[in-house]
Amino acid sequence: MLSINDLSVSYGSIQALRGISLHVEAGEIVTLIGGNGAGKSTTLRTVSGLLSPRSGQIQFEGQAIQGQPPHLIAQRGLVHVPEGRGIFANLTVEENLQLGAYFRHDKAGIRTDRERALTLFPRVRERLQQQAGTLSGGEQQMLAIARALLSRPKLLMLDEPSLGLAPQIVQTIFQVIREINQEGTTILLVEQNASMALQVAHRAYVLEVGCIQMEGDAKALAASDDVRKAYLGAH
Amino acid sequence: MSVSHPMPAASPIAATPFRPTGPLMGVLPLAIGIVVAVLLHVILPGFVGPYYSRIVIDIGIAIILAVSLNIVNGMTGQFSIGHAGFMTVGGYTAGLITYYGSYFIWGTLGKHGVFLGTGEWLFAASCIVGGLVAAGAGYIVGLPSLRLRGDYLAIVTLGFGEILRVVLQQTGKVLDDGAAIRAAGWSQWLPPPVGGAIGFDGIPKYTNLFWVYTFVTITVVVAYRLKHSSLGRAMISVREDEIAAQAMGVNIARQKVLAFVMAAFFAGVAGGLFAHERGVIISPKDAGFQRSFDYVIMTVLGGRGSISGVTLAAIILTALPELLRDFEQYRLIVFALLLIVMMIVRPQGLFGIHEIWHFWRRRSR
Ligand SMILES: Nc1ncnc2c1ncn2[C@@H]1O[C@H](COP(=O)(O)OP(=O)(O)OP(=O)(O)O)[C@@H](O)[C@H]1O
Ligand SMILES: [Mg+2]
Repeated sequence: MLSINDLSVSYGSIQALRGISLHVEAGEIVTLIGGNGAGKSTTLRTVSGLLSPRSGQIQFEGQAIQGQPPHLIAQRGLVHVPEGRGIFANLTVEENLQLGAYFRHDKAGIRTDRERALTLFPRVRERLQQQAGTLSGGEQQMLAIARALLSRPKLLMLDEPSLGLAPQIVQTIFQVIREINQEGTTILLVEQNASMALQVAHRAYVLEVGCIQMEGDAKALAASDDVRKAYLGAH
Repeated sequence: MSVSHPMPAASPIAATPFRPTGPLMGVLPLAIGIVVAVLLHVILPGFVGPYYSRIVIDIGIAIILAVSLNIVNGMTGQFSIGHAGFMTVGGYTAGLITYYGSYFIWGTLGKHGVFLGTGEWLFAASCIVGGLVAAGAGYIVGLPSLRLRGDYLAIVTLGFGEILRVVLQQTGKVLDDGAAIRAAGWSQWLPPPVGGAIGFDGIPKYTNLFWVYTFVTITVVVAYRLKHSSLGRAMISVREDEIAAQAMGVNIARQKVLAFVMAAFFAGVAGGLFAHERGVIISPKDAGFQRSFDYVIMTVLGGRGSISGVTLAAIILTALPELLRDFEQYRLIVFALLLIVMMIVRPQGLFGIHEIWHFWRRRSR
């Protein structure tokens, strides 16, 4: 579904990605883990068109998408929930959701997806008329995912959905990620919370300073000594 | 189990007020506005006399400018301080049409026809053409907003107004001889003879309460509908978070340019009304910074995206200087102070993005 080949990205003279390759197949949850500054967010930003690669190819459903403007990439069904959630703080929760369906015109489909998103996140439903900026961090993350679902993504890219959230909320969110995936949405999940990410994902990539260090089956990686030492806090 | 969905206690403001739906709701506000415009036109001058009628006309023009600027500065979150430039483009264009048009059509200057007569329709059409030309200028000035933001964009829009001011100063004397106008060759029309630094004198004074408040109605209704449309939400999403907006499939470049074009259109219409107002000679200095600054203050004061708030600010800030003697001397100081105080005390404006009636609802809960 998504394949990234030898991708390099720089911010001015700082090279953030040094020729990474990865692929995501339809139906999978793939996670990209790694420490601070590894280049995880950079990878997602480049895939969604916010950054232009210095070299390398990005293919989505067999078509090259590098260099396309972000709104067209989103309209293809490759939807990015950015780090920090990107909630429209001065709009209501309802209006945020409506923006999720901004480029769609199939009213019935939108209604179905809205219902589905609100069923996954009852707390969002309770707060439809609330100003989104007044939601708690966890609620904002739920809204960000719910809103992305209204774009009916084929591939949903989540950047650190667990960031700054209490363990209980993190559990809820990962549970929903699993449900979304079981209902047919492919997911590329960036996480620092490696233990949670490896539990929910099928496959994983470990990114360090712009290079893929390890890749493979999520359960196998979770069991490997290197990953346990570096990311799971084992000794 | 029956689950109730209580109104969240923490909810500050229910931001879904009545939303006009259906064709009737689209036309009704327009119809009401036009009826009000007719009533104002017929009744007001008899009650308050020409001086106060003129203030009410000034207020209407200011409302159009402030509400339209709010589409760029308030809704889309760009920062334009060149709005008077668009107004002036519209004013000169409309003036060119009615002034020289009158010579071509009737052979003489002066007003033609009675209320709603041919002259007034030429005038109304000239305002709309003025708006269209200003919209073209808005497109060109809006393009840099794709690459620039904040201060840099402000400087571009400021530069536009100032350049326009200087260019208008270089234009030639207004032609005032019917025969000579008809005989004038191409070279005399380029650049158009619109009076240079002295201003474009002699434009027939068609502007009246009816036309001003008809255009006010159109502007306010369009702005309100826009704010509650999918297009308007897309503009607001650009203001709120450009990255998230793009992730929702919003073409932020298009939204920004569109905001500039729409705002410039209404500014151009307001310019047409201004140029045809009794006692006004539109001149290059109208394109300059001072006037743009007035409208920026109205949007800042009213609130980023609050149409009613900005309208109220336009009314107060236009009426106040007229009603207070000697205010003109202190105008810039007072307005600047007002702006600074506002930035410190209430940076989101009096009403933020909310409409005034949302606050009523909150209080009456
Ligand atoms: N806008 C920018 N300008 C310059 N350098 C940047 C910019 N954004 C990121 N970088 C650099 O690129 C590298 C990768 O950053 P990135 O945000 O992709 O890391 P990350 O893996 O998402 O980290 P984290 O887990 O802390 O979010 C870092 O060294 C960072 O400093
Ligand atoms: Mg990151």
